[in-house]
Amino acid sequence: MSILIDKQTRVICQGFTGKQGTFHSEQALAYGTRLVGGVTPGRGGATHLDLPVFDTVQQAVAATAANATMIYVPPFFAADAILEAVDAGIELIVCITEGIPVLEMMRVKAAMQGCKSLLVGPNCPGVITPGQCKIGIMPGHIHTPGKIGIVSRSGTLTYEAVLQTTNQGLGQSTCVGIGGDPIRGMNFIDVISRFQNDEQTQGIVMVGEIGGGDEEKAAEFIKAYVTKPVVGYIAGQTAPPGKRMGHAGAIVTGGVGTAAGKIAAMKAAGVQMVSSPSDIGVAMKASFSN
Amino acid sequence: MNIHEYQAKQLFRDFSVPTPNGDVASTPLQARNVAEDISGLGWVVKAQIHAGARGKAGGVKVARTLAEVQAFSEQLLGSRLVTHQTDSAGLPVNSVLIEEVSAIKNEFYLSLLVDRETERLIFIASAAGGMDIEEVAEHSPEKIVRALVHPAAGLQPYHCRLIAAALGLGKQQQSQLQTIMTGVYQLFLAKDASQIEINPLIETDQGQLVALDAKINFDDNAVAAHADIAALRDTTQEDAKEVEAQQFDLNYVTLSGNIGCMVNGAGLAMATMDMVKLKGGAPANFLDVGGGTNREKVKEAFKLILADGVVKAVLVNIFGGIVKCDVIAAGILAAVEEMHLHIPVVVRLEGTNAEQGRAMLNDSGLGLIAADDLNSAAERAVALAEAV
Repeated sequence: MSILIDKQTRVICQGFTGKQGTFHSEQALAYGTRLVGGVTPGRGGATHLDLPVFDTVQQAVAATAANATMIYVPPFFAADAILEAVDAGIELIVCITEGIPVLEMMRVKAAMQGCKSLLVGPNCPGVITPGQCKIGIMPGHIHTPGKIGIVSRSGTLTYEAVLQTTNQGLGQSTCVGIGGDPIRGMNFIDVISRFQNDEQTQGIVMVGEIGGGDEEKAAEFIKAYVTKPVVGYIAGQTAPPGKRMGHAGAIVTGGVGTAAGKIAAMKAAGVQMVSSPSDIGVAMKASFSN
Repeated sequence: MNIHEYQAKQLFRDFSVPTPNGDVASTPLQARNVAEDISGLGWVVKAQIHAGARGKAGGVKVARTLAEVQAFSEQLLGSRLVTHQTDSAGLPVNSVLIEEVSAIKNEFYLSLLVDRETERLIFIASAAGGMDIEEVAEHSPEKIVRALVHPAAGLQPYHCRLIAAALGLGKQQQSQLQTIMTGVYQLFLAKDASQIEINPLIETDQGQLVALDAKINFDDNAVAAHADIAALRDTTQEDAKEVEAQQFDLNYVTLSGNIGCMVNGAGLAMATMDMVKLKGGAPANFLDVGGGTNREKVKEAFKLILADGVVKAVLVNIFGGIVKCDVIAAGILAAVEEMHLHIPVVVRLEGTNAEQGRAMLNDSGLGLIAADDLNSAAERAVALAEAV
C-alpha cells in the first residue's frame, strides 16, 4: 500500500499543452504514471503526447474516468482550474502552480468545504509513490519504493530527504510536497494521519519551515496519535522576522511561526529533530535500530 | 509590497475611510504651500518612509507656524531616517506628508489581515491605540478583540457591532466604524492587500473617527494584476540588491553576515543559512536561484553576492534534480571564469550526476572547492571566511 496515489491512479493534466504541462507530462509518462489525457480549453479534440486533449475537466473525466489531476496553469488561472476539477469530482487535485494570490486560495478553500476532493499544494513539487505513480515536478529517479513516508513544505528539501532515505536503503512509501504557500490544501496532519494508517509506511520524515502554526499543530497530533518514528527538520532558524524567505508562507510575523517554537513543539511531541538536513537519512535509519 | 502612508491614505479616501486633511510634498516650499491650503491650529510634518516607529525617531514633527512647516520639511527631506524598524543606515526621506493637527479624544487600533489558521480575513481591534499591537497582545491580551470574516458571506454588521462594543464606542461612532470597516474590507479585496493597519484610529474632540496613520501591504503574488498598485511602488525604500535580484527572477534577501549563499530552492536556501550559523559563521544573504537554474542566473547571482565587497567566501549549495549537476557545474564554472573571482567558493553538489559535477569542479583549476555534504561545505566556507 501507499497513500493518495498508486498504479491504478488515472491522471489528467490541466494546462496539458503548455510548456510546463508538456514537459512534466512527458516525465510522468516516462516514470510509468497512468496519464490518461489532458485539458487545455480551446484545444479539445486534439491529440498531445499520443493522449486525448479535452476542453473541460468534466469531458476528460467522462471519457477517461480520471480520478487525479495535476495542474500546471499560470497563477491567475489556477483557482479556476482547481475549482473546475473539484466540480468534475476529481478525487486528488495536485496544483504545482506558484504565485497564486492568497485571497484566491482563501476563496478556493472556502468553496471546497464539504466536498470530497483532496487538494495538494499549490506551490508544491507534488506527490509520488515510487515505482507506481508520479504527479509533479520531482526527479523520479532518486526515489525507491520503500517504507518511509515524507511530507514537506519545501521542494528541494524533500529531494534531500528522498535521496538520503534511498541511500540508506529505506526507500519511500509516498512523498507529499504540501507547498510553501500560507493557504494550501492538505496539511501536515492530513498527510501524517494517512502515513500512520498506511501499512507500508514504517517511518515518517516531516520537513517544515518558518511561518504559520501548522508544524505546532502537527506536533500535537503526533504526540496524541502517531506510533511510528518521526524524524523532523525545520528550515529558517536564521531568517530575519518580517521578511518573506522565497516561499510566500515562509515569514515570521508578530513572533508567530519561528523555527525555535516549531522545533521545541516537535521535540516535545517525541519527534527526533535534526539540525542539518543532511542528517535526515541517518537519523531515520537509526530510529529503526533503537 | 509596501506603500507610503500618503498613498495609503489616498486609497482610504477612495474607499470612504476618513483621514486628516493633508497632502504630500517633496520640497520645503511645496510643504509650506500645502500647509497654507489647510486651515487649522497647526500642522504635522510626517516623513514618508517604508517603516514604522517614525515618531520616536524624530520623523514626525508638529509645526505651529508656516515657517516651522518649511523648516521641519527642510530637515527631513533628503535625510535618512533611522527607526527601530529600519537597519542602522535608515531609509531615505524623499517626501513629507503635511496634515492638519487633530484634536484627539481617544486612540484605537484597527487592522485587517489574513489569518492563516482559519483561512479567513480577520479584523483585529484594540482600545489601546497608538501602541505596538504585538506588545499589547503580549502584556494585555484582554484588550484585543478579533472578528473573523467568512469569504463567502463577507463583512456583516455584527462584526462592526462586536468591535464597537469592545472599543466602548457611542452610537454615532459605531456607525462611523461600520463605514470605516466596510471601506477597509472592500479595499483589501479590491486591491489584494495582505495587511491594512490603522494605528491609531482616533476619535476627535468632535466625535469623528479618523485614520490618523495608515499602513497597507499588498500580496506580492497579486500586484501584477493591479497596475494602479504596482505604480505606487517606491524602490528607493527597498534594498537595492533585492530590487536588482527581482529583475533576474532571483529570490534574494540581504542579511548582515559575510558568507554569500547561492542555493536552489527556498527551503534549502534557508537550511543553508542555518548551517552557516550552526558552524559559527554568518550568512550574507538568502538566495534562491530557482529549480531550473542556468549559467546566466548563476552569473547574476554571483554578481549580486559580490557587489558590495562584504562577502569573504561563497557557499554554493545545489540539489540537482531534473536539471543535472554536471550541467549546473558547467554553469558555475563558466560564471566563475568570466567573473575572475578572488574569494573562495565552496560548492556542494548533490543529486543527479553529482559525482561528475564534483569532478568537473575539482579538475577546473579555478580553485573551486567541492564539498561532499552540506555539513562539511558550511564548515569549510566558515573557516575560509575567517581566514581572509
